Amino acid sequence: MISIKGLKKQFITKDRKITAVNDVDLEIKEGEIFGVIGYSGAGKSTFIRLINRLEEPTNGKIRIGDKEITELDSHELRVARQNIGMIFQHFNLLWSRTVAENIAFPLEIAGVNKTERMKRVQELIDLVGLTGRENAYPSQLSGGQKQRVGIARALANKPKLLLCDEATSALDPETTNSILDLLVDINEKMGLTIILITHEMHVIRKICHRVAVMEEGNIVELGDVLDVFTNPKQPVTKRFVQQMMGDDEDESITELIEANPDGTLLKLQFIGDTANQPLISRLSKRYDIDINILQGKITNTQTGSYGTLFVQVLGEDSEVNEAIQYIRSKTTVEVEVI
Amino acid sequence: MFSNIRVDDLITATNETLYMTGVALVGTFIFGILLGLLLYLTANGGIWENKIINSLTAAIVNIFRSIPFIMLILLLFPFTDFLIGTIRGPSAALPALIIGTAPFYARLVEIAFREVDKGVIEAAKSIGAKTRTIIFKVLIPESLPALISGITVTAIALIGYTAIAGIIGAGGLGDYAYFYGFQRRQFDIVFVCIVLILIIVFIIQFIGDFITNKIDKR
Repeated sequence: MISIKGLKKQFITKDRKITAVNDVDLEIKEGEIFGVIGYSGAGKSTFIRLINRLEEPTNGKIRIGDKEITELDSHELRVARQNIGMIFQHFNLLWSRTVAENIAFPLEIAGVNKTERMKRVQELIDLVGLTGRENAYPSQLSGGQKQRVGIARALANKPKLLLCDEATSALDPETTNSILDLLVDINEKMGLTIILITHEMHVIRKICHRVAVMEEGNIVELGDVLDVFTNPKQPVTKRFVQQMMGDDEDESITELIEANPDGTLLKLQFIGDTANQPLISRLSKRYDIDINILQGKITNTQTGSYGTLFVQVLGEDSEVNEAIQYIRSKTTVEVEVI
Repeated sequence: MFSNIRVDDLITATNETLYMTGVALVGTFIFGILLGLLLYLTANGGIWENKIINSLTAAIVNIFRSIPFIMLILLLFPFTDFLIGTIRGPSAALPALIIGTAPFYARLVEIAFREVDKGVIEAAKSIGAKTRTIIFKVLIPESLPALISGITVTAIALIGYTAIAGIIGAGGLGDYAYFYGFQRRQFDIVFVCIVLILIIVFIIQFIGDFITNKIDKR
């Protein structure tokens, strides 16, 4: 659906050239939720603005559906933008307009007549869960509600693509989750393709199918969210994974061993579907062992779960060994004896 | 006390002041918005970014803002004569009043537009808005409270200018206070004229504040 080739953006200031986005190639599938993660200054904000040409690319091509975005003149670009929704970190609503009037704005621009407009606005208000707040002004809404207005406005002209520029970064964790749920909901209901940029791993984990990690204008890692998370290759990716999973694992292992001298300590690594299997209960039923969960964390992503669990196994050596053998041969859980 | 005051003269003078202020205010509003818009749009990073037009407009605005008003009237005598056909009376004061205050208001307009959140303009662009749409549906509505409070400040400055214009024969309360009050040593006339001007100023300020509060939904 979206094809990006050799995309480059340079800013030229008085004394130096800054390359914000450097030769990015990317294919994004229809109906996909594609995340771009990076620290501030990585170029992700410029990247997403290049897609609808709020920033003009220095070089490269962008194709959305059958439209060569980079070749449109200013009139064609304006029409094309009506089919690309965008939401922002600070919502960017017009404070002088009510909720309903804000949502109607893109419809006015697209030349939709008044009766159609009002009908569509009401549909959108219901869709984003703001029924009853039609005549409120943005200043009377909470952050989450403002972003819902932003989403409704972005969807007004039934776009095929939604660009999210740090859409949840100004929201508290709970509100973030409700906005992310809404995005997944419209992605599934309307088959909307979503490109989002963020610096929060949590956002990627919760809703994205694929992720690109950006650093200094380059995409340094790209793939399915689960693959990138379980097998991070670049230092920057590892930092993001640590940020979410906690980075004290190595230290805590020695502490675990010291605190639990009895039995056998196992490190179990769950990747993908296996996290949903009742492994622990199955083991304790099948073998004459006791399993004591010491520490662990399992995380869900759009494409499956993954995580690590530290357990203490108590029982006869032969039983314990058979249990380990069972995990190795019958499940995809990776096991490591510590 | 107040023995020298002739009510019908006072009413005529007040009407002339209101006429000059009102008409000049409309002119100032129109030219001020246009100039302010030009300054804003052609500025660095603006939609019509253009260094030459921007510096030229800024230069004109600064020059006319800097000329003391009494000298501006003298400077504009030939222009006024050509445009209005006379250099006396309330109508003859209008070109100088508008040219004297529009640049001042233009700067206030420019500041008001600059205060509009860049993100909101970006959002309008992202949904395919034309420049005209951005001006009329984003820029002006979003800055309206500042535009109104700006025109209130300008209106009050304008009343002061009409009094100066009065001294060189434009009519109005300034004219009445100077020729009938000051020059004939009838200071009760000066006093009454000042009170009337104060009342007009307070009314304008009240209306301006009221409208600003009414439309400000932030």
